[in-house]
Amino acid sequence: MIRVELPANLRTLAGVGREVQLQVDDPVTQRSLLDALEAQYPALRGTVRDARTKKRRAMLRFFACEEDLSDEPIDAPLPEPVVSGREPYLIVGAIAGG
Amino acid sequence: MTTLRLLVGTHKGAFVLTSDERRKDWKIEGPHFAGWDVYHVNASPAEPNRLYASTSRGWFGQVIQRSDDGGATWQPIGNEFHYEGTPGTHKWYDNSDHPWDFLRVWHLEPSLTDPDTVYAGVEDAALFKSTNGGTSWEELPSLRTHRTASSWAPGAGGLCLHTIILDPKNPERIFTAISSAGSFRSDDSGKTWQPINHGLRSSYIPDPDAEVGHCVHRLAMHPSRPNTLFMQKHWDVMRTDDAGDSWHEISGNLPTDFGFAIDVHAHEPETIYVVPITSDSDHFVPDGKLRVYRSRTGGNEWEPLTKGLPQNDCYVNVLRDAMAVDSAESCGVYFGTTGGQVYASADSGDSWTAIARDLPSVLSVQVQTLA
Repeated sequence: MIRVELPANLRTLAGVGREVQLQVDDPVTQRSLLDALEAQYPALRGTVRDARTKKRRAMLRFFACEEDLSDEPIDAPLPEPVVSGREPYLIVGAIAGG
Repeated sequence: MTTLRLLVGTHKGAFVLTSDERRKDWKIEGPHFAGWDVYHVNASPAEPNRLYASTSRGWFGQVIQRSDDGGATWQPIGNEFHYEGTPGTHKWYDNSDHPWDFLRVWHLEPSLTDPDTVYAGVEDAALFKSTNGGTSWEELPSLRTHRTASSWAPGAGGLCLHTIILDPKNPERIFTAISSAGSFRSDDSGKTWQPINHGLRSSYIPDPDAEVGHCVHRLAMHPSRPNTLFMQKHWDVMRTDDAGDSWHEISGNLPTDFGFAIDVHAHEPETIYVVPITSDSDHFVPDGKLRVYRSRTGGNEWEPLTKGLPQNDCYVNVLRDAMAVDSAESCGVYFGTTGGQVYASADSGDSWTAIARDLPSVLSVQVQTLA
């Protein structure tokens, strides 16, 4: 199972804890992971990426295995530790606002 | 036994306050949607337990929430607001052309008769409608594509459509207001629109008879007189008695006629309320005194209402959607402040009580009078 950590406001919106687990078919990419996330938690549709363009929201970033994947190709395979579930995929909100 | 239910939107969530008709003891529930900007919560007149809430955050965009049990539980519903066709441009603050870009929903106005039909006023200014309880939204595009729209420019809060009034006697008539484009009326259920700004004077517009460009802050109507509207403009309090065809000023003896909120007494169509704000550069009440002003003559003659309100060292603002009246036998008046207080009057404004003192900054207040 793929592990995904969500920022606090999205946890309450989806009614979940800090981390969710997803079943994602191969190949596991950022696109397929986010598709699976939105399918399992429809409340999150449009909140991580634009519902129509699928573009990442400007004040969110994606991390895994201590790497910033935000600007990596959306269809590139994710690192093996994420695919195997040893490491989580992190959706992180910018530190901004009050 | 009548119950009053107050729907309060704040910068960090929504709160639901309930009381019996005495309006002395209030139960506060919330925060709902903690951490989210809640620009508006509103209820269906046709099904009072059907509530809609507009929640947004810069990180995550717009989420509309719906309750079918009076605010006890909520579920996220449709959050896709797409302009029809290819959006054009409007003016930006520096007068350059700026692409139309959806940011958030400012105001939700449920149908007077159908709980599944609700209108949404959004930034950048446009009017959307849902006929399936908010599951999906369609734009009524002829307002955003009005021949004047490319000249519209945002107010300090953005190019927002913040007022939607449905005419209770003419189901095809809709009034809207946009900062800072002005007021508009449709007489065909939103298919076509006409600017209704004749008589407005705005010193920041070179043309004294400009058709659009006026920074209207809020409109209010008494349901028994839908041709009479009251307006709090950027500066000036205005009135029309011909559904917006012509306006005249009723600021009279107000200490300042800048402000945001305006509302009408539930049982007295000529009794209106405003909260004067110092100026467009000083968005707080004048002289450190929080005063509601009431006119019982339809404008021009105003009296300050101060009993129970702070009269020293008070520097809050009351935003455009943050005042409401109930329809109990003795009309209740409510408003919320940017300091997080919610004040209530059970006697038409003669006296006030703080029913919440330390909420996040208040964006909106609606009230339901439940039998």
